[in-house]
Parts: sequence; structure tokens; C-alpha cells
Amino acid sequence: MFYRENGQFKASYRADLALFPVAQDRRAVLALALIAFVAVPWLASDYTFRAVLIPFLVLSLAALGLNVLVGYCGQISLGTGAFMAVGAYAAYNLQVRIEGMPLLLSLIGGGLAATVCGVLFGLPSLRIRGLYLAVATLAAQFFIDWFTNRVPWVTNNSSSGSVSVGTLQLFGLPLETPAQRYLLCLSLVVVCGILTKNLVRGAIGREWMAMRDMDVAAAVIGIRPVHAKLTAFAVSSFIVGVAGALWGFVHLGAWEPAAFGIDKSFQLLFMIIIGGLGSIVGSFFGAAFIVLLPLLLNHVPHWLGLPLSTAAASHLEHMIFGALIVFFLIVEPHGLARLWSTARQKLRLWPFPH
Amino acid sequence: MGFFLETVFGGLMAGMLYALVALGFVLIFKASGVFNFSQGAMVLFAALAMARFAEWFPQWFGFESLLLANVLALLAAAACMVAVAWLVERLALRGLVNQPAITLLMATLGISYFLDGAGQLIFGSSTYKIDVGLPKDPLFVLEDTFPGGLLLNKEDLYSAVIAAALVGALSLFFQKTRTGRALRAVADDHQAAQSIGIPLSRIWVIVWSVGGLVALVAGIIWGSKLGVQYSISLVALKAFPVVILGGLTSVPGAIVGGLIIGVGEKLSEIYLGPTVGGGIENWFAYVLALSFLLVRPQGLFGDKIIDRV
Repeated sequence: MFYRENGQFKASYRADLALFPVAQDRRAVLALALIAFVAVPWLASDYTFRAVLIPFLVLSLAALGLNVLVGYCGQISLGTGAFMAVGAYAAYNLQVRIEGMPLLLSLIGGGLAATVCGVLFGLPSLRIRGLYLAVATLAAQFFIDWFTNRVPWVTNNSSSGSVSVGTLQLFGLPLETPAQRYLLCLSLVVVCGILTKNLVRGAIGREWMAMRDMDVAAAVIGIRPVHAKLTAFAVSSFIVGVAGALWGFVHLGAWEPAAFGIDKSFQLLFMIIIGGLGSIVGSFFGAAFIVLLPLLLNHVPHWLGLPLSTAAASHLEHMIFGALIVFFLIVEPHGLARLWSTARQKLRLWPFPH
Repeated sequence: MGFFLETVFGGLMAGMLYALVALGFVLIFKASGVFNFSQGAMVLFAALAMARFAEWFPQWFGFESLLLANVLALLAAAACMVAVAWLVERLALRGLVNQPAITLLMATLGISYFLDGAGQLIFGSSTYKIDVGLPKDPLFVLEDTFPGGLLLNKEDLYSAVIAAALVGALSLFFQKTRTGRALRAVADDHQAAQSIGIPLSRIWVIVWSVGGLVALVAGIIWGSKLGVQYSISLVALKAFPVVILGGLTSVPGAIVGGLIIGVGEKLSEIYLGPTVGGGIENWFAYVLALSFLLVRPQGLFGDKIIDRV
């Protein structure tokens, strides 16, 4: 009843190519942006920012990057955590070694360093495919884990191997309150989201998707596999690198190499599978799911009044998490994004059945 | 020279154990097309079950014999693994038929979370030991060829023999028995196998059980070497490069891959490690496997990848 596009005619190519062709969508997105930029910083508590909103935003950025590679280009990667680490450590070194380095430039520098690494570790994808490639990307994970642990230069010769960043400044303004940090993350997420959306619906995105659907056929119709695969690796690692830098700078503040271990890679892969492969909104849904689920599971024994030891509770949490993942994959293998689009289809006809 | 040979032998022994874990991957991948990330969790679960049952049975039934306790614990742990296989097929795989490889892979990751949690919740999460009577004393051989002889670890030797025997038994099972033939048929072509009346679901239960039993053997050997604790499930991460090096679908590939990785890892640790700062065994195996794959993308013995447009 409310969600009808009847009567909204597209009179120009511009209108036809609009990011949100349906007027109701435009209004909804505008409202969402207003809420996110104005209402949330005003209303949310510090705890919400620290434990929920900032991790959600940063991880959805990383998931977005991974989705470009896995969802759009079809190259499974288990080394995302490593690329986040590259971003974080590169940004850290830029910040520490260059006096007065602007924060934004450090973040972008982290992204660029991750891009170089991503392209380097993406090179085998030209020869190796499928599950073999997935396992091969673990090489990146373990190599970079080792590198950040063993090479003292990376951590600025810190004796414990952990690094910490001082106060953050953006354009001369200190970023102190969680709300300010949240706004920084949010702006970066919005910019990257729009850029990615436009990339994947442009020529390059179509090359990626052709490569994903069948690489030999794509090569036959004139898509260069080298170009398509490596650009996907580059774009994906850039976004993941920026997300890694944000994770280190804004969320953690101080971290050690274990923060970007293989668990992070798996977690991100879970996000995009549960959110929906090859879908921009899917990355956000998936990140929300994976960030919120452990928080909820944490509270469940408490609500039920079960007297559980911490160890038992954490094992139970593991079990429920694993079981939910399997359950979810069985019920909706295409992810939350598919549920979302089904809901929209239904909404168009509502309240009529046909 | 003696030292070099010692290193190579050590590598071969370690490689045999990697091969044992890799074998579980290959069996399951061949028959159900699932890249089973939960193999490590299965090793942990099996080893925990074995260690704890061997501790509990004498207390419950009031007997002293270590042998009896071990035999009973082995049977109970094996029953546990068969139950796990049955549950996995019933609750997870059955609902995921025809899904893309990555979805199945993530599902097995979910299973591995579940098994990690369940194993530690049921059996406890501290370090336990498995004592199946593997000898711990060192063994010197070829003392007349090299000064001082070669130092071998008897425990490693025994485990390598057990692993080799298991591999032999499995290949006999696959080649000579009716069930083995059905398993190979399913591995070849699901649909064709189903159309001549091979029940897919039962085959999956069997193959996951076999995978579970292999995990049990691996768990017992690793557990008696290192003690049973959470880190044992990380053994699986050592087995991944072995699997892709040998080829995802090849049983001999798992063995040869395991030996190559084992030897390569030990040699690199000793001859390359000091120059780059040590601790390289975590990634060296992957880089080694990667460089082999660049030449042969399907692994050493894997099925040739044929593309049809």
C-alpha cells in the first residue's frame, strides 16, 4: 500500500541509473541517514557506542570489502584478518614515524599498503582456483601473523609486541568522545559503501561477476582474468585495510597481533555468508548479526537464571553460535539479504495477496 | 650428515601424523564434496573422549587394568565419533545438499564451533593425558655408520607405523569391500551412484564415521605426545597445506603431501629459520604448498581440473 512504485516514471537515463530508483527507498535512506548521523550520536550511551555501534560499523566495512572479493568476484579468501592487520600496522607506522601525519591520510595509507599486499597474495589466484585458493590464502594469514610478531620494526620496537595509538585528531580537532569516533567511522562507511555500490554496478563490477559465474567463459568473451581478479583483490584489500586501521585506531586503541588472527578472518567470512554473498546491504546485516549474537548469548544464561561458571558459559556460547550458524545456513542459504528482498517484494503487494 | 638424516627422519615421522589428519579431510571431501573444516575439532573431541573415558571407566566400574580401560575408552570414543557422524549427517548435511562449496565450508566451521564447545563442556577443558603405552625412550640406529648413531624417537616410530597400518587398512577397505566400492562410486558421481540404488545418506554417515575414526587415531597419537588440550584442534591447520599439496581427492596424495610438508618444515626450521628469525613453521608449509600449486593447480595427485564452457 505504501511501497508502490506505480506512477514513478523514469524520463531520463539519469533517473534510470539512479542509486535508489524508487522514491520510497530514497526517503527511507534519507531518514536512516538522518537517524544515524543526528539522532544516534545524541541519544546512544557510551557503552552502546563502544560495544555495539563502532564494532558494527568497522566490521561491516571489512565485510563489505570481503564481499567484493568473495561475493562479487568469487575468489574465496581466508586471509582477511591479515589484510586488516596490514592496514592497521601500516597506518600505525605512518602515524608514529611521520610527525603531524593527518589521521585520514594514515588510514588511507593503511588501505594502500593492504592493497599492495592483497594484489601480491592475489597473484596465485590466476593459477589456483576454488578451495585450493581458499587454503592458499591462509598462507597470507600465517605469514603476516608471523611477520607482525617477529619483525620489531613493524611494532616500532615495542618490547611486548603490542602497540597503542595516542589521541586521535581529525583536521586539528581531537577525537575524544565515542560519539565523535562513531561519526568518523560512519562517514567512512558511507563513503566506501557508495563507492563500492557504484563500482559493482559499473563495467568493472560486471567483469567481476562474469569472472565469478564462470571464469573460462568470461575470458572467452574478452574479459581479462588478470585485470578482473587483481582489481577485485585490490579494491577488496583497500577497504579491508582501511577497516583494519579503523579497528586498531578507533575501536581497540591498543592491540597486539592476535587481534587480527585467523578467527577474525572466519568471523568476517561468516558475516558475508550470513548476510548474503554479492550484496552490499548483506554485509551490513551480516555484521550486525555477528556483532549482536555474542552480546545476546552472553546475557541468555543470566536471564534464565542459570548458575553457570564462566568457562561453561563460554563453551555453551560456542555451541549455540555454531548450531545457529548451521541452522541459518540450512534455512536461508542465500543470507539475510535474500530475506530482505523477499520482504520488499511482499511489501509491494501488501495487503493484497497477488 | 647424521644430523641432516635425523632431521629428515623427524620430518617424515611428523609428516606421517599430518598425513593422518589430512586423510580425514580427503575421505570426507571425496565422498561428500565437503571441505571439512571441523576435522580439527573432531580430533579434539575424539581425543578428549578417549582421555576422559580412560580415566572415568576404572572409577565407575572399579577395576585397575590400564589395558582394559584403554580398550573400553577406545570403543566408547569410537561410538561417540559414529554418533557425531550420524548427527552431522542428520542435522546439517541433509539440509545442505547441492549448496555451493563455500556454504558447506562455513557449515563445517559452525560444526567445529559446536564440537569445540560440546567437547569441552562435556569432558572438561583442562589438559589431560592419554597413556596407551607408547614407549617414550629414544632409539639409536646405524651406530657403526655415523659417530654416535642416529637418534630416533621410538614413540614417533610407533605412531608412524600405526599411521601406515591405518592407511593400508583404509585402502583395502576402499578397494576390496562392497561398502568401499559404494563409497568410491559416490565420490565419482553422486547422481549416478544414487540412480543405481546406493543410499547417499547412509554413505555419508559411513564416510563421516570413518573420518571420525581417523580423527580418533590422530587424536590418540597427538594426545599421547602432547597431552590433550584445546590446542590439539589446531593440528588441522597443519593439515590444510598437506591436503592441497597432495590434491583434495587423493588418498596417496595426502600421504606423500604429509611427508613432503613434514620434511620441508623440519629442514626449513633448521636451515632457514635462524636467518629469518625462527618460528617460520607456521607459514612455511603453506608457502611450500603454494609453490607446488603454482606448477600443478590441482595438487600432486588431484583430479585434473577440466573446464567446460
